[in-house]
Amino acid sequence: MSRTLIIAEHDGQDLNPSTAKCASCASAIGQEYDIVVMGSAVADIAKQAAAIDGAGAVIAIDAEQLSKPLAVSHAAEVVTMADGYSHILGPSTTYGRDLMPRIAALLGVNQVSDISAVEGPHHFKRPIYAGNAIVDIQAPESVKMVATVRVASWKALESTGSATIEERSAAASASSHTRYVDLQSGGGERPDLQIANRVISGGRALASKDNFDLIYSLADLIGAGAGASRAAVDAGYCPNDMQVGQTGKIIAPDLYIAFGISGAIQHITGIKDAGTIVAVNKDADAPIFEVADIGLAADLFSVIPEMKQLLA
Amino acid sequence: MKILVGIKRVVDYNVRIRVRSDGSGIDTDGVKMSINPFDEIALEEALRIREAGLAEEVIVVSLGGNECQQQLRTGLAMGADRAIQIDTDADLQPLTIARAFFKIVEKEQPGLVLMGKQAIDGDNSQTGQMLAALWDRPQATFASGLSLSGNTATVVREVDAGLETIEVDLPAVVSVDLRLNEPRFVKLPDIMKAKRKPLDVISMDDLGVTAENDLKVSHYAPPPKREKGIMVEDAAQLVAELRNRGLV
Amino acid sequence: MSETATEREIMEYDVIIVGAGPAGLACAIRLKQLKPDLMVAVIEKSAEIGAHILSGAVIEPAALDELLPAWRESPPPICIPVERDEIALLTATSKRKLPTPPQQKNHGNFIVSLGALCAWMAPQAEALGVDIFPGYAAAGVHYLQNGAVGGVIIGDMGVDRQGNPKDTYMQGIEIHAPLTVMAEGCRGHLSKQLITKFKLDADSDPQAYGIGIKELWQVAPGKCKPGLVQHSIGWPLDTKTYGGSFIYHMDKDRVAVGFVCALDYSDPEFSPFEAFQQFKHHPSVKPLFEGGEILSGGARTIIEGGAQSLPKVEMPGALLIGDAAGLLNLPKIKGTHQAIRSGMLAASHIAEGSTAEGFDETLRASPIMKELHKVRNIRPGFNKGLWRGLITAAIETVTVGKLPRTLHNHADYSSLTKLQDMEPVDRPWVKRSLAPRDRLASVYFAATDHDEDQLVHLQILEPDVCITRCGEEYGHPCTRFCPANVYEMVTDQMTEEGGSTANQHLQINAANCVHCKTCDIKDPYQIINWVTPEGGSGPNYQNL
Repeated sequence: MSRTLIIAEHDGQDLNPSTAKCASCASAIGQEYDIVVMGSAVADIAKQAAAIDGAGAVIAIDAEQLSKPLAVSHAAEVVTMADGYSHILGPSTTYGRDLMPRIAALLGVNQVSDISAVEGPHHFKRPIYAGNAIVDIQAPESVKMVATVRVASWKALESTGSATIEERSAAASASSHTRYVDLQSGGGERPDLQIANRVISGGRALASKDNFDLIYSLADLIGAGAGASRAAVDAGYCPNDMQVGQTGKIIAPDLYIAFGISGAIQHITGIKDAGTIVAVNKDADAPIFEVADIGLAADLFSVIPEMKQLLA
Repeated sequence: MKILVGIKRVVDYNVRIRVRSDGSGIDTDGVKMSINPFDEIALEEALRIREAGLAEEVIVVSLGGNECQQQLRTGLAMGADRAIQIDTDADLQPLTIARAFFKIVEKEQPGLVLMGKQAIDGDNSQTGQMLAALWDRPQATFASGLSLSGNTATVVREVDAGLETIEVDLPAVVSVDLRLNEPRFVKLPDIMKAKRKPLDVISMDDLGVTAENDLKVSHYAPPPKREKGIMVEDAAQLVAELRNRGLV
Repeated sequence: MSETATEREIMEYDVIIVGAGPAGLACAIRLKQLKPDLMVAVIEKSAEIGAHILSGAVIEPAALDELLPAWRESPPPICIPVERDEIALLTATSKRKLPTPPQQKNHGNFIVSLGALCAWMAPQAEALGVDIFPGYAAAGVHYLQNGAVGGVIIGDMGVDRQGNPKDTYMQGIEIHAPLTVMAEGCRGHLSKQLITKFKLDADSDPQAYGIGIKELWQVAPGKCKPGLVQHSIGWPLDTKTYGGSFIYHMDKDRVAVGFVCALDYSDPEFSPFEAFQQFKHHPSVKPLFEGGEILSGGARTIIEGGAQSLPKVEMPGALLIGDAAGLLNLPKIKGTHQAIRSGMLAASHIAEGSTAEGFDETLRASPIMKELHKVRNIRPGFNKGLWRGLITAAIETVTVGKLPRTLHNHADYSSLTKLQDMEPVDRPWVKRSLAPRDRLASVYFAATDHDEDQLVHLQILEPDVCITRCGEEYGHPCTRFCPANVYEMVTDQMTEEGGSTANQHLQINAANCVHCKTCDIKDPYQIINWVTPEGGSGPNYQNL
């Protein structure tokens, strides 16, 4: 039974990229893996899952009680099929973080949260203290392994495969004590800083509240969230909730572009898990260049309009 | 109705975390310790529910050595009616903690259990969900809104896709997120009153809970440092580089 | 704001002590030892006991022996017997060892973290029944109808930047007590008010201060020599400026390094923070820190005026003790034993008479004052520069202060030279490589934390003076003397119809403040008033 089961995440239409990231972690563990898709009318989603490279089988469970992402019913269902697997993985998204511990407790095992690297089938790395420390975790080999996979640490596997799809109905009974009401998605405004994939931030060098429009316009152009350094917030150039850093928001977007931010350690603390950090600053000695993946020593007041032209 | 609130003693959120140079753990020598901020929000919510007349008693529970009595006393000073310390020196994992909590739940029969969505030290985000599973009751995690009506709680959850609302029958476990409320300050005279409120100590042995099949933490390391990348000459090169990397 | 709100809640004690430093805690402990039934409370603005305490520190243990005779059986967590003393004179490139002056011989003394020492004393006070309230700031004095001090008013919490109550607003209570003991440490903001109100300094010299900046390092294995105490004078200070360094080797590869500089320096361009960082890069010092990392860091002013500047230490209903009074022995570079002894003395005075009256006389007749009297001329001797100062120090040391003369102190804020009168100063500062990179990075190691949505606790009484007069005369020295980068001159661009203009304003980064009080002391116009922020705010020093 050295086989891994991945819990697929989806929104009723499409498979969430977190599933292919879990698959990436599963292949690092080095065992064959299956994917379970739970929901109602999930045939299309199951196909998307079946395309993930290396998937052994996709189990598509179609049931009304599974139509919404409620941990209580999804956990009960997963437990019924746990016997065939040594490892059960879910994503570190809110869906996985809600669901997986319930599964682990029903199975009577501990859970490893946020696997960021695999050192062996039962040996993992994970961040603690908001990423300020990385620990090595060894799980006992004698019991089942339930874990969440830190999605930011893994690249999604390609989708060129075609695994077999096994459709079946639910094995667990429905639970009535938890009822789904609705979901209000963020809407079309500028994305929330904390969940935005891209963030454009401005610092003191913007020099006025009006000039921050440059930041907003570039952010809107590429669908990014807008942030700021504490210096800019303190100077009154933008609202407090835009502050990124130690005393503001700690964020990990795929792309972070800092304009006119010197890069005090307090600010860097808030972006150290960002995918790519870009810094634009007139001062070529600004500390932010020491952590920037791409640096440009130039005046933001000329760079931003040029970028807008090029990206429009 | 009773409300049980789980609180954990953690290194204060403002303390700079430093991994010991020998990799044996986090340097906690002389650092400030606090109630896990999410747990503090959970307690604040419990107090507001009681103050709204929807609950009679708020009980704070913590697992740890005698040092966690400091956080329990703070909880009492905030307004909890009594406290329970589950006495243990071991570094327990969420499943064991959930089992111990469950024993308290069986004894106290609360209508609602509140706790933070995660502790800011281990970042596990497991205990509430595990307790709900052991108890075979509903769970509502990452709550940023909570309202009670009769035997039902309506919970707004902060999920990746937005705000999800669910309804759960009580008793239930609710884990809370940052935006639920802003905890109150403790009034100085309440610190004195808290000294006279009951704080019961129960050992893990008396609860009959033992840790098993624990995960082993073998090494601590600081996160890898970010390296200096490339410098580009102008906006055009910058945009080209971003396109190249598939970032725009 | 809150004055119009409901009447404040009141708690009553027999004695209320403001500040949980060594003086305040010693006073509390002694009070309960002498009179266990007394109701004693200690309030402390830091979130945890010891979190706002910063000192060298090498301490003389005699006072502790007296207060807690069994202390050596369970000593504070950092407590290393001094093994060896070194004192050196530095030039930019060299180091010459000097003979250790008798005041600085440390045999039998201990290297401690004063913060950790206080955190260790607090539970012992609590065990005796003292109520200690960390996280609560005494924001005001409660006066009785007859004008006497009747206790303190705790600051309101949950007030926004504009002064309006937030959802979490909580009115501060009043703590009433027949006796209030001010143990706030150097330049306590309530002590300052009381000294003015009761004219306690009418017969004394102006107070003199220094700024001490300190870092605790984890050095590379093998470099730390536990018990070694090193001091230096000279570089990077010029001979006109009084000050020096300390390096204390502790256990577990931990080394405390610090720099103290008198605040009567004259060059408005001088930055004590930069001087400290330059000291760390001296060729004889830098290797110790290469390959190490900073654990914690911060700054605090030091009271240096000694005997001549000591104000009257009693007023109706209240006493001053420790550094709040100004009892530090500067030539010894030690104040902890004086603080503890003054706390104990205040306790016995209170236990005997239940009144503040007579404490000034008692203190001045005590060994605490004798010690200060002996060394009274050493610090002012340096007003004439390093060499004259060293000569004065030698004479005063040999004569044990018995010469019938007393040199005088001057006010630190009045000592700056105007830019136009300054001769160019050549400071051969090196390019630095050791952490911290700058003051902001340094503040990070202080772990200082203030809710940013609260009233700015650094009050500028005449903001116009900053932009105009101070800019012209001194070039905004606040932007340099503050070790935490609280003060910045910021140029705003104002876009208006027909073009844009640039406008300068003083930006106060109050959230950076480490509560050292340098600004309150050194600002040349005395228009910066340091008041306490919300209780629990401020640095979170770890073993400083």
